[in-house]
Amino acid sequence: MRCAVLLALATACSGCSSVGPLDPQGPVGAAEKLILINSLAIMLTIVVPTILATLAFAWWFRASNTKAVYRPDFVYSGQIELIVWSIPILVILLLGGIAWISSHELDPAQPLDSARKKLEVQVVSLDWKWLFIYPEQGIATVNQLVVPAATPIHFSLTSASVLNAFFVPQLGSMIYTMNGMTTQLNLQSDRPGRFHGLSSHFSGDGFSGMSFELQAVTDGEFDRWVAEAKRAGPILDENAYVALSAQSLDERPAIYRGVVPNLFHSIVMQELAPGPGPDAGSPHPVAPIPER
Amino acid sequence: MQMLGKLSWDAIPLNEPIPLVASGLVAVVGLLVLAWVTFKGYVPYLWREWITSVDHKRIGVMYTLLAMVMLLRGFTDAIMMRAQQALAFDAPGYLPPDHYNQIFSAHGTIMIFFVAMPFVIGLMNFVLPLQLGVRDVAFPTLNSVSFWLTASGALLVNISLLVGEFARTGWLPFPPLSELQYSPGVGVDYYIWALQISGVGTLLTGVNFVTTILKMRAPGMGLLRMPMFCWTALATNLLIVAAFPVLTATLAMLALDRYLGFHFFTNEAGGNVMMFMNLIWIWGHPEVYILILPAFGIFSEVISTFSSKPLFGYRSMVMATMAICILSFLVWLHHFFTMGAGADVNAVFGIATTIIAVPTGVKIFNWLFTMYGGRVRFTTPLLWSVAFMVTFVIGGMTGVLLAVPPADFVLHNSLFLVAHFHNVIIGGVLFGAFAGYTYWFPKAFGFCLDERLGKIAFWFWISGFYVAFMPLYVLGLLGMTRRMLRYDVPEWHPWVLLAGFGAVLILCGIIVQIVQLVVSIRNREQLRDVIGDPWDGRSLEWATASPPPVFNFAVLPNVEGEEAYWGIKQRALSEQRLGEEPVYEAIEMPRNSPTGFITAFFATVTGFALIWQIWWMVMLGLVGAFATFVVFAWRDVVEYEFPAEEVARIDRERRRARAAALPTLRQPT
Repeated sequence: MRCAVLLALATACSGCSSVGPLDPQGPVGAAEKLILINSLAIMLTIVVPTILATLAFAWWFRASNTKAVYRPDFVYSGQIELIVWSIPILVILLLGGIAWISSHELDPAQPLDSARKKLEVQVVSLDWKWLFIYPEQGIATVNQLVVPAATPIHFSLTSASVLNAFFVPQLGSMIYTMNGMTTQLNLQSDRPGRFHGLSSHFSGDGFSGMSFELQAVTDGEFDRWVAEAKRAGPILDENAYVALSAQSLDERPAIYRGVVPNLFHSIVMQELAPGPGPDAGSPHPVAPIPER
Repeated sequence: MQMLGKLSWDAIPLNEPIPLVASGLVAVVGLLVLAWVTFKGYVPYLWREWITSVDHKRIGVMYTLLAMVMLLRGFTDAIMMRAQQALAFDAPGYLPPDHYNQIFSAHGTIMIFFVAMPFVIGLMNFVLPLQLGVRDVAFPTLNSVSFWLTASGALLVNISLLVGEFARTGWLPFPPLSELQYSPGVGVDYYIWALQISGVGTLLTGVNFVTTILKMRAPGMGLLRMPMFCWTALATNLLIVAAFPVLTATLAMLALDRYLGFHFFTNEAGGNVMMFMNLIWIWGHPEVYILILPAFGIFSEVISTFSSKPLFGYRSMVMATMAICILSFLVWLHHFFTMGAGADVNAVFGIATTIIAVPTGVKIFNWLFTMYGGRVRFTTPLLWSVAFMVTFVIGGMTGVLLAVPPADFVLHNSLFLVAHFHNVIIGGVLFGAFAGYTYWFPKAFGFCLDERLGKIAFWFWISGFYVAFMPLYVLGLLGMTRRMLRYDVPEWHPWVLLAGFGAVLILCGIIVQIVQLVVSIRNREQLRDVIGDPWDGRSLEWATASPPPVFNFAVLPNVEGEEAYWGIKQRALSEQRLGEEPVYEAIEMPRNSPTGFITAFFATVTGFALIWQIWWMVMLGLVGAFATFVVFAWRDVVEYEFPAEEVARIDRERRRARAAALPTLRQPT
């Protein structure tokens, strides 16, 4: 009964909303939604009867019901034990199969099937904003991600300081960003649109301000946007990066017309020191930028 | 070098009215209670009968009381968070980020370590020796040390409200955020030392109970004649013994990083965050089974008693319990599927996780068939149990859903996850604790809790739970992540408001529970449990008086099968007389000892001094604690003798009450 309410709520919100993983806009999100719903459906086939049986047994065998047969010696039945062990095992066999196959098909590092050339984007989580580097285009943005629709995007991700997780709910899989490490993620938006993105791992005082907008645009629009980005704005060199890596709240979207090569690599390899954290009381001074 | 280390007047949050007023209020209430106790002359009584008591029943009651007081604190945090999120749509809300972050960190830490843990440990403390038919736990003084160390940890968490700050990192302090570089304040240090101190207490409890269950049972009580609660307690305490040292080691490494410049988990100099992730969850996943298994035991007792039937499939239940115990160590990686482990690793841990659903499902079905063919009495404990079965099935289902890695990829850290673990911890652990509290209350105090108010509280809680947490499932599916201070997605707002309303319903439930306690104490004469078996129970705790004498059983019961007490009772009913009066002998009982209290005092001093880096005080605390141990170890008199005549007098009274009640009792038909 309550489960039905839950399901009704879930369907209700999938109908009316334009956010979240139940309204996927790309192949990864769509596949994940399907898995979510299939798994839920498989489990509901035993969960709903179990809940109904719980309520029914408790009610029918209430002490005041003289019609119910009292069987105090009914304490063991091999057949029932066989059934109660088999049912969950069968369900888990089915779900385990789904888990195994889907884990491999939807591994975030798995490139997407597409005839089109993928776009490379490097993601760096900073305190408390997102830096997106377009190595092929030689530009970078803060808290704003513009990508061509219907094109696979390959993200390489790291963190300049603490843990965060990169998540655009309508496109699918999230992935953590970790300093000194690189994670991989492949996503795609099937059509142009604007999607809400956020950090889905708590990272400190400015965490809630780490939301950004992912804009999927047509190829022409993307090319125009890149060309325009290259015309104006500052250049992201090492000094600019160090300034950017200081803690700040609620950064507005910004564009850099140029990026020093291998910036992402320098951050991952810690050639550029991790973000300094709060100034007050920190015993570790900011490490000087290594000459390169 | 300052005398008081990092401590100065700046530590008092004079510019933040909310924590100042809250802690001021707590301090004033605490002082008033102390003053009242002193004024009324209760101090010697409290010292003699409670603070220095090594009686497992008294310690159990104190654990439970600690849990309930801390539940109020943790719930206050919860309602403040709900209020913040309700106000914070496209607005800043009323809490600054540093305060809000402390609140959700404190909420999780308190609810797990200082509510759920002491609640289940308190119930185990009270019930285990009674169900096993023995006079106390294996190490009674150690038991008192365990309790007071837990209380010491809870005290440190509360001190952080007024002096300094609490962690702002979440209930698990993931580095590098929890490292000195990103959390230079004392918040994480409060977390570390509060948990280290209470963690020692928990580990000692585990050692104590495993020993008690394995080595101290009434004559004839083989392992497979133990009540289900003893089995789940055994599993839980084995898990404590295996898992808590991992937590202690992990936090010790974090402390070394923060205090001595080590690099276990730092970004630089070879530190590795993934090591922390693996270690903390190798403790963290068994921890949730440490909490839920005793609750499973309580439900087994309650459902069987109030169905007037033995537990269905007892051996199958034992097997399921021990299967969960082992499997719980093999699944920790499902807490970080989204950290980029490969597909093989994710899939293996995902499948391992879903496998735990098998023994858990078996338990649900066996409870179902326990009710089948029973005579189900809808008392408050049974209502909690049926509500648990329905609720836990939903929570289990969403848990299995999260165990499928690609589903977790979109739901991890979302409010769906938050809804899931509240679904199993409130719907499982807390409902179990409430069922156990109501069920064993008459045994502890000799009178029942008011049933009508208990049921009202139950309906507030259950409706409040569903209204508060079902919207969080929806919010997770709408892409809302946890721990947000504010947000600007309009689709989320109505669900957040609804969840806030649910928290208000739960508040009503809590208020009714407090009223229930007050009313029941006032009406205790009408609610008196004269014979010591108010529910028509089946295990040995119902064989003794309510409240039980300090020695529990005048003569240790002789166990001749499963459901030891049921057999004795049925014989008495059919013969319409009690068994022969036994020969009473003097009983040796452990003497009271202030060791636990004094150790905890020095532990608190040590913890506080470590947090503020007042090194002379650290030495003082450590030397004091060690000296206490030495004094205890050199004691001459360990036990005192309870005279045979006194034992006889107390037990004859019990027998008289029972013999008088015999003709009025009937077996259910």
